[in-house]
Amino acid sequence: MVYHIVSFTEMRQCNLNVWPLLTNASTLLLKRCIFSRILNLSMFHSLGRYILLLRLSFRRPEKFKVYWAEVMREMVSVGIGSLGIISIISVFIGAATTIQVAFQLSSPLVPRSIAGSIARDSTILEFSPTISSLVLAGRVGSSIASQIGTMRVTEQIDALEIMGVNAPGYLIAPKIIAGMTMVPLLVIASIFLGITGGWIACVVSGDVSPADYLVGVREGFDGLTVRVALVKAIVFGFIIASICAYQGFYTSGGALEVGQSSTRGVVYSCVMILFADLVITRIML
Amino acid sequence: MIEVKDIVKTFGDNEVLKGISAKFEPGKNNLIIGGSGSGKTTLLKCIVGLHEPTKGEVLFGGENFTEMNFEQRVPIRTHIGMLFQNSALFDSMTVEENIMFPLNLFTKQTIEEKRERANFCLKRVNLEGKNALYPAELSGGMKKRVGIARAISMQPKYLFVDEPNSGLDPKTSILIDDLINELTEEYQMTTVVVTHDMNSVMGIGDHIIFLHNGQKWWEGTNHEIAHTDNKELNDFVFASKFMQAAKTKL
Repeated sequence: MVYHIVSFTEMRQCNLNVWPLLTNASTLLLKRCIFSRILNLSMFHSLGRYILLLRLSFRRPEKFKVYWAEVMREMVSVGIGSLGIISIISVFIGAATTIQVAFQLSSPLVPRSIAGSIARDSTILEFSPTISSLVLAGRVGSSIASQIGTMRVTEQIDALEIMGVNAPGYLIAPKIIAGMTMVPLLVIASIFLGITGGWIACVVSGDVSPADYLVGVREGFDGLTVRVALVKAIVFGFIIASICAYQGFYTSGGALEVGQSSTRGVVYSCVMILFADLVITRIML
Repeated sequence: MIEVKDIVKTFGDNEVLKGISAKFEPGKNNLIIGGSGSGKTTLLKCIVGLHEPTKGEVLFGGENFTEMNFEQRVPIRTHIGMLFQNSALFDSMTVEENIMFPLNLFTKQTIEEKRERANFCLKRVNLEGKNALYPAELSGGMKKRVGIARAISMQPKYLFVDEPNSGLDPKTSILIDDLINELTEEYQMTTVVVTHDMNSVMGIGDHIIFLHNGQKWWEGTNHEIAHTDNKELNDFVFASKFMQAAKTKL
């Protein structure tokens, strides 16, 4: 059975007050509006396929040694390969945050050191895990989706299956493991670099004295913020690797479809990262 | 021996294979031929398990492959070698790593033994010394030969070949055909080749199945194909003026 997915415009066109007077055709349209919005079956189909793919990915490997080598390779690709871009964005975001906080706290009643505290907590709780992960979704996620998608359209995944290799396990599990281990490490590096960026901004701009900034950074530090950041990083690493791998694995067609899968992977990862960010923040803080 | 029984495959409302039965014997080049969209590749994919048939059975050495789950299929799959249309070599690996890949996963050989086997396979396909090259550095014909080397690395009982001559010049095509023929005889493999290349049909077709509209339309050898009165097969085989002229001389 095929369910029609209708636009919001069509939804608005359906007037509930005149329900009994609607013709049979309009009634059918309204039912389809409600049904397709509440029960979007294609979404459930994708979700089910995603869960099944994850289950297949973590099936017992044929040879642990070969899979371990693949995990190491992916860790280098995700971790070392992304260190440059993460360093750059962290320093700049840390610096910009500090300058903006200093600008807003212009009252003489507020100690200048508070800029350091706010920059520290913002960096640890939000900027380092979330912004870094959004950037990683673009860099690592698109690479995962296009790599697996290309393997699919060039029959390399078929070749693995013919050999008797569990293709999801060989291709996806190492990427998920690498994502869940390397993203937290990148986030830790990002936190240090972000706070350092704030200090550099203080030195260069003079809006807050570096000494005041460092006092603020040390003052009232709560370890919970780092725990929240690490939980976020682990979850975001999983989201980036698994969603992009899923999009790549079910690519069909050619080069155009590989590009589309890559774009979908990045977009869905970004949306899920922001959603998970909200959920984790609400639960843990 | 491979046996397919009444294979039906549908994609949505489109019935691609309409009840195909056939036997593929060891030591022979079994060719599946037919026009574009006749279901050749779909049949091949159903046999090797890349597509699940809607109906019917595939038997490898008497064992029902269709009913097996992934784990049960692994022992049979280790006896299967396949050359894909675009070779399907792993881009991130060198030629040697490609050939050693199945050995790494499914054998307990030492690195020296695996390297020795890779060198032997490369020598067998006349590509000695190309171990360190990446697929991107190879020509189309070389990729096919590396694909064959990878397919035979596990000494398979069954060899599947999808369009071995596509994108190759006539001389290289004949080289690939000869190689497939030699390996089939040497290892007494059950070889199944999907092709629409008439040189291959005439050159190595020990057993030919002609598909038309998803049905087995004709079955025979390369000697019989020249004298058949099957209209659809004649239209397919002798489509070109050159082949028509060749037929009159037969």
